[in-house]
Amino acid sequence: MQGNTPVVIPGTDGSRLVPSVVALDPAPPEGGRPTLTVGSGARMALIETPERVIYSVKRLMGRGLEEVKEELKLLPFHLASDAAAVQPDPHEVPRIQLGELQFTAPEISAYILRQLKRNAERFFGAPVTQAVITVPAYFNDAQRQATKDAGRMAGLEVLRLVNEPTAAALAYGLDRSKEGTIAIYDFGGGTFDISILKLRDGIFEVLATNGDTHLGGDDIDNLLLAIALDEIYAEHGVDLRRHPDAVQALRKAAIDAKIGLTTAPVVHFDIELANGDHYLREIPREVFELLIEPILARTAAPCKQALADAGLKPEQIDEVVMVGGSTRIPAVQKLVDGLFHLSARGKKPHTELNPDEVVALGAAVQAGILAGDSKATEEMLLLDVTPLSLGIEALGGTVARIIERNSTIPASATDHFTTGVDGQTNVAIHVVQGERELAADCRSLARFDLKGIPPMSAGLPRIEVKFLIDADGILQVSALEQRSGKAAQIEVKPTYGLTDEQVENMILDSYDHAEEDFAKRLLIEARNEADTLLAAAARAPENPVWEQLTEEERTRIQVAREYLAHATIGEDPAAIREAVLILDYATRRFAELMMDAAVSSALRGKTMDAAGEDLGEEVTAPHAMAPAEFK
Amino acid sequence: MSSTTFKVLDSAVPVSCWACSIGHNDSTLFCPHCSKIQPPPGGDYFSVFGLKPRLNLDLAALETEFHRLSRKLHPDRFARATENEKQWSLADTALLNDAYRTLKDPLHRTEYLLKLEGAEIGPEADAELVSPGSISPASSQAQAGNGRKDPSRIPADLLEEVFDLNMQLEEMHGLRKKGRADPELQSSLTRAKKKFDRLLGEADMDLRAEWLAWDEGDQAARLAAQDRMVALLDRRRYLSNLVRDVTETLGA
Repeated sequence: MQGNTPVVIPGTDGSRLVPSVVALDPAPPEGGRPTLTVGSGARMALIETPERVIYSVKRLMGRGLEEVKEELKLLPFHLASDAAAVQPDPHEVPRIQLGELQFTAPEISAYILRQLKRNAERFFGAPVTQAVITVPAYFNDAQRQATKDAGRMAGLEVLRLVNEPTAAALAYGLDRSKEGTIAIYDFGGGTFDISILKLRDGIFEVLATNGDTHLGGDDIDNLLLAIALDEIYAEHGVDLRRHPDAVQALRKAAIDAKIGLTTAPVVHFDIELANGDHYLREIPREVFELLIEPILARTAAPCKQALADAGLKPEQIDEVVMVGGSTRIPAVQKLVDGLFHLSARGKKPHTELNPDEVVALGAAVQAGILAGDSKATEEMLLLDVTPLSLGIEALGGTVARIIERNSTIPASATDHFTTGVDGQTNVAIHVVQGERELAADCRSLARFDLKGIPPMSAGLPRIEVKFLIDADGILQVSALEQRSGKAAQIEVKPTYGLTDEQVENMILDSYDHAEEDFAKRLLIEARNEADTLLAAAARAPENPVWEQLTEEERTRIQVAREYLAHATIGEDPAAIREAVLILDYATRRFAELMMDAAVSSALRGKTMDAAGEDLGEEVTAPHAMAPAEFK
Repeated sequence: MSSTTFKVLDSAVPVSCWACSIGHNDSTLFCPHCSKIQPPPGGDYFSVFGLKPRLNLDLAALETEFHRLSRKLHPDRFARATENEKQWSLADTALLNDAYRTLKDPLHRTEYLLKLEGAEIGPEADAELVSPGSISPASSQAQAGNGRKDPSRIPADLLEEVFDLNMQLEEMHGLRKKGRADPELQSSLTRAKKKFDRLLGEADMDLRAEWLAWDEGDQAARLAAQDRMVALLDRRRYLSNLVRDVTETLGA
């Protein structure tokens, strides 16, 4: 928060969005572990060396092997276990293969979080050790725990997990004049959430939430991609699926087409294939809308269920707020209008807040509430709910529900257990989340082993188990044997997560050099960044794309280079950082031109690896501006 | 399905505040002297809102009090407090939320109060779960919501209608499977639903009458009202399940 307003902190390249793309850099020639690049700098690698890159890791968080396999079908990266000789334990946390190394989903997230942490530290010029992190409202316990694990690995104390639609509501309702019942329709890249809230006197009370963690803008991209791949094969006999780099390039074209159709009535694909053929496709908006209609239709049922759970009719919703880049699509806005009878009541969905940023802004507001030092957030309070019912597996495999979905959190429930065998000292409880009748159809959360029960005749012990869902939506369990008054030790075996010990071992800075002096680290990092950028800028005139720049653009780059070279000699990280931003801005168009050139050459069947062979060994992509250095 | 542990206190236990050391009884959320948050109090859900147990409640006032207490207790307000205060905030807020959720809903409130008074409620009441692997008969109680299948629980005045209805529902399901429809069966079921809806409404009104009786009555009147409420809840639950089943079958 800056005073009374939430503000987005820009990244190293000046942009306000850090794409969740993580690339494994090439192994250093002197040996040792390769570093990882996060954000737009990693995007280039996605087209050049897709087997070393991962994106949208959020889809894999808190998930088991089988589900992860499903998610990975249209993605270029694959599981380590695919190559393994031995079948992995299905309860092992899945590991993704990136180049020569393996990572769990929380570890990848940790690298992204660490990048954000560093961006923040650069901005403040001071260490940052605490964070508020948003999650889809429909995330279950395992997914939330995985997110907290990632935060811990990145060196961040996670003060609160906030549900994304609720965060958006905070950003929207910061202006205290807004009261009433609002619906947040959050259609993001990978997940869909609908939340219904009541705003009154600065209290944001969630009435109901629902969603689909397998539904998002990525599905639209993948649909267009699949159609293009099929048509290219049918019309030109070329199976691009064998070339992951071409698939990624085509995917980028599909995303551009999708974005284009928001404002243009028709877009064109013109892709040159390896054999010189052109794949030409005209996509009018009507056709696009027809294609994506089944995907959008899937958002209707969660909306209806949320309304039912809140006990409301669509007409009782005062305002609808759109969140997530995909809500820019006109067809989505039309669907929402229909679902909530908006235009019939002279209303429109709210799109005035940047749908890509509103969630982050809301997280900042929540951080302000927690810090307690901003006048704007003084009177604000967030009352959120748990999205899924919590239950215990009973004999026969049915679920005994102990906490209903949409219960305001923190929430608790108590249940009693006893033993079935004389002298039994352990009791096992299987906790599940979901709305189905059978435990097997619900989401297995964890097995809690209650140990240390004093041995007695069967049926005699009276074990009181208290279940508490905390403000992050995560379950805590405590148990007491009431006859003896003895607290039971609880061993938690998460079904889809890492143990505490595993997280400890994955904390990131144990891989890096530990810099004692924070200021020194800032300076070193700033200089490293400057050096990389200067080296790349020095090579720029050698690139054919250089010719496409105007005289003025080239001069500006020259001047910026000199300015940065000068700043690097100094000791002021802030000055270096500023000069880096200037050079980066000056070379932006150059970078775009390079990107386009690389995209078309990739589709011509020539991978950057092959190109790299012609031009030299190393291919590095540390910075948005410096896509590929050929030595 | 959740059971609640509570102690109804006639005379609350005296404790001294951890912050200011002044004594108070343990039924408050905040120290009356220094206002610091206290560990979860003894007492029932009503006392959380400063109320004596009663069935008729001003819901608007309840909500206002809920918001007021939330502002003071919520973990967001204790992000920078001591570890103990953080723990108590979490426990106190959970208690507040559980209490509000229970008292806000007329049926939950009724069931809760009856439990406080020691009355036995129907099949959804507190059941003991046995750890897997045992063969104790107690485990069979863990099946929630199946009271309807037990013939002894059908309201006496409805026996015939219920048997008829069950037959019709089965017939409907059978037809559906074959992809056929029967408009007469459909309207018969729709009429049945309307009837059970009406009976449900009547049960609700009867329940509210009993609320008044309980709130205003003396000890004897209360006991009588309690018995009638137990029976009404049972009947109501049964009717509600019926309506749900018919609605599902019709709406499918």
